[in-house]
Amino acid sequence: MIAAAASPIDLFAARQQMGISLGWHIILACLGVGMPALTLFVEWRGWRTGEPAYQLLARRWAKAMGVLFAVGAVSGTILSFEMGLLWPAMMSRYGQVIGLPFAMEGIAFFIEAIFLGIYLYAWDRLPPRQHLLSGIPIVLAGVASAFFVVTANAWMNQPRGFDLTNGTVTAVDPWAAMFNPATPPQTIHMLLAAFMVSGFVIASVYAVALLRGRRDRYHRLGFLVSFTAAAVITPVQIAVGDYAARFLASYQTTKLAAIEGVYHTGSHIPLTVAGVPIGEQLRYGLEIPNGLSLLVGYSPNTLIIGLDRVPVADRPPVGIVHLSFDVMVGLGFGLLVLGLWLGVSWWRRRELPRSPWFLRTASLSGIAACCALEAGWVTTEVGRQPWIVWGQMRTADAVNPAPGLLTGLVAVLVVYLVMTIGTVYVLRRMARYHQLAAPQEVDAELGGAW
Amino acid sequence: MSLAQWSITVLWIGLTLYVLLAGADFGGGFWDLFAGGTHRGRPQRDLIEHSIGPVWEANHVWLIFVIVLLWTAFPTVFAAVMSTLYIPLTLAALGIIARGAAFAFRKASDQLGQQRLFGAAFALSSVLTPFFLGTVAGGIASGRVPLGLAAGNLLTSWWNPTSVLAGTLAVGAAAYLAATYLCADARREVEHQLAEAFRRRALVTGLVLGAVALGGIAVLHADAPQLFDGLTHRALPLVISSGIAGVASLLLVLRRRYLLVRITAALAVTAVVWGWALAQYPYLLPPPARANITIAAGAANPDVLWATLIALAAGAALLIPSLLWLFMLFQRSQHGVKTP
Ligand code: HDD
Ligand code: HEM
Ligand code: HEM
Repeated sequence: MIAAAASPIDLFAARQQMGISLGWHIILACLGVGMPALTLFVEWRGWRTGEPAYQLLARRWAKAMGVLFAVGAVSGTILSFEMGLLWPAMMSRYGQVIGLPFAMEGIAFFIEAIFLGIYLYAWDRLPPRQHLLSGIPIVLAGVASAFFVVTANAWMNQPRGFDLTNGTVTAVDPWAAMFNPATPPQTIHMLLAAFMVSGFVIASVYAVALLRGRRDRYHRLGFLVSFTAAAVITPVQIAVGDYAARFLASYQTTKLAAIEGVYHTGSHIPLTVAGVPIGEQLRYGLEIPNGLSLLVGYSPNTLIIGLDRVPVADRPPVGIVHLSFDVMVGLGFGLLVLGLWLGVSWWRRRELPRSPWFLRTASLSGIAACCALEAGWVTTEVGRQPWIVWGQMRTADAVNPAPGLLTGLVAVLVVYLVMTIGTVYVLRRMARYHQLAAPQEVDAELGGAW
Repeated sequence: MSLAQWSITVLWIGLTLYVLLAGADFGGGFWDLFAGGTHRGRPQRDLIEHSIGPVWEANHVWLIFVIVLLWTAFPTVFAAVMSTLYIPLTLAALGIIARGAAFAFRKASDQLGQQRLFGAAFALSSVLTPFFLGTVAGGIASGRVPLGLAAGNLLTSWWNPTSVLAGTLAVGAAAYLAATYLCADARREVEHQLAEAFRRRALVTGLVLGAVALGGIAVLHADAPQLFDGLTHRALPLVISSGIAGVASLLLVLRRRYLLVRITAALAVTAVVWGWALAQYPYLLPPPARANITIAAGAANPDVLWATLIALAAGAALLIPSLLWLFMLFQRSQHGVKTP
């Protein structure tokens, strides 16, 4: 069995497989970045105030973190395999250019794994202060690993730091590759998203409990801490999202044109909310006259580069990119309103809003944040198409020519489905029966390591 | 040494640590599979779980380290290996997911039925994953992976006598390492019956492993003459050391010197991993593959190698004290007596 060229079906399968496994991993990765900080915060409060509710929260969040970290770690490992299994042509040429951040990410993972082991395992063996300190490297390493991996993605959007001679990479400047122009907007936006997702996901769990009438201090604190953290970040995230869009306006005009459905270059470009692309135009959407020109350059005369500047073969699919962008922005503003609701009520009477609709909506906020996250990634990744490395290499030229990628996709789908069910099931049981142990924990009397 | 040689050395150290540390974790799964019925096997499974629990994630990171370093320092070789050996590597990747997730789930579930289900997934994938990773090593070592994208035969590159031999040795070595480590763990927990059980297993696997390795010489002679040549000439001292360390381990297990045997067993396995490297030196993808490539020719740009090696050295400065603290914490707790 010898490989020929990749069939369109296999290319399609490879893209789906990459998207699905990344989309799965990113949720876990966000929780891996955000949860340690929240957990340390409640542990610190518990230590300072001596309040049992905080201490209990810290224990329970730490346990969930243990399971999530294990699943996040394996789902991330698959990704590093897939970079080579699915996109060997990209790795063959550019692997060395983006290798450095991944190598540093590896170190960060190590630190994360070691200190998570210590943190969970040695809770009762270390004095409270030392235990608290042992959690700080987890937070730093989580943030660092997210930063490093997103710099690699930013490089795919703004490839820098190498010379190409006859299709082979000659001089490489790995630092220039890592700190490319897309790095600041993407990494900041991503890190904030991680904290938003973690906060809202935890908050929804407690919102459901509060709705069911469990209104004790433990559940109220669990909700308030996580929800407030996320709600405070939301407006910042919207501002950074604006920055990300402005960045596109100067560096990746084709992507912005796809996001906004701008087919024809010009000034006085409207902002279209929703709508479907039909024959080089967004139809049935809500049009705000001059909107986009105003947003990008604060003047209706701002010139917006449209899709007509690139050949049809180089345009990303407008429908998906535009829709997912609207979903992200819509959910972002929805979450902002939800946070304001709590803010107003707290300011007035130091209490949660009376309307049951607040908690009902809040119990969906976790899902909303995750959807915004996924939609944002679809915007970025599909908006980069047809390039895998923007302007340098096409996705179709990067794929593994071996036949049978479709079979791989099916296998991956099955495994991920089972893993999703397993994770949800186990976390729910943990929430209900608290004596269950996290995978890194060892019963106190049986120490052990190889 | 050249930068490229430094890079492959660091990579090979990572690979060795993965084989020794994660190998033992895989072996734990192997014994889990053969621990017997739910009730009879319980104490063994508990011991295995306690030994693996806090460390397997850190051990697992070595694999990521190897993969990332390979694509950074030898990108064309990475692409060739991943694309030609697509099938066993996909299976190994799925095995890694199943194993990690199932282990975490089993620990966090309390019902017998679920524990059995997750346990079976954990144990089965612990056997299959090292097997497939072993076939990958065999495919490379026997010169069946040429440079280029999916340029080798997609089936026979990993389904051939040398690969099957390497896969079997990988599973065997994992089981053997785990059995020897578990002897000491069981004794520390004052579980003398368990220690005896694992001692028997260590002896049996050690003998079987030795026999397979001896028989493997004939397989390599017929199937991979160039590798055979390398192993019997340049790498001969390492091959012999491995044999000596293997025999010494058996004797030490017989005499119940469980702490020493950890060292000799690890040495026996390490010698094989480095023997392989020496046997195919200076090639990364050795002949008879038509498009073979050497370490020097496959290396990335020197600026990349520099930056990566420096970053790794800086990382090591952070990692080593952290690891020491982790192990110190475990050691301290181990001196405590078992509470009822
Ligand atoms: C909780 C999640 C979340 C929320 C509420 C928002 N975003 Fe976002 N967005 C992401 C999560 C995200 C992300 C983490 O999924 C992406 C994908 C790649 C990236 O760097 O961040 C992203 C990408 C992304 C991009 C593409 C960047 C690129 O391709 O270089 C733009 C233009 C925006 N966002 C703009 C916004 C705006 C204007 C928002 C206002 C409401 C917004 N985002 C809210
Ligand atoms: C974790 C969040 C991410 C999500 C949800 C995500 C999502 C996706 C999706 C949906 C695709 C398919 C696009 C298409 O075929 O139209 C894709 C492709 C891809 N992504 Fe991402 N992505 C993420 C982050 C990253 C990062 C950090 C990297 C690299 C460092 C990366 C590398 C790739 C590659 C190599 C492809 C395949 C080639 C392509 O389709 O362009 N992704 N991703
Ligand atoms: C192509 C894209 C990606 C690759 C190749 C990748 C690779 C990996 C690997 C190998 C691990 C396992 C580490 C371990 O065993 O501890 C992992 C975990 C992790 N990844 Fe990714 N990753 C990708 C995308 C992302 C993105 C976009 C983020 C950004 C937030 C991210 C953040 C993390 C974090 C925080 C962990 C630690 C696990 C946890 O805490 O749950 N990864 N990733």
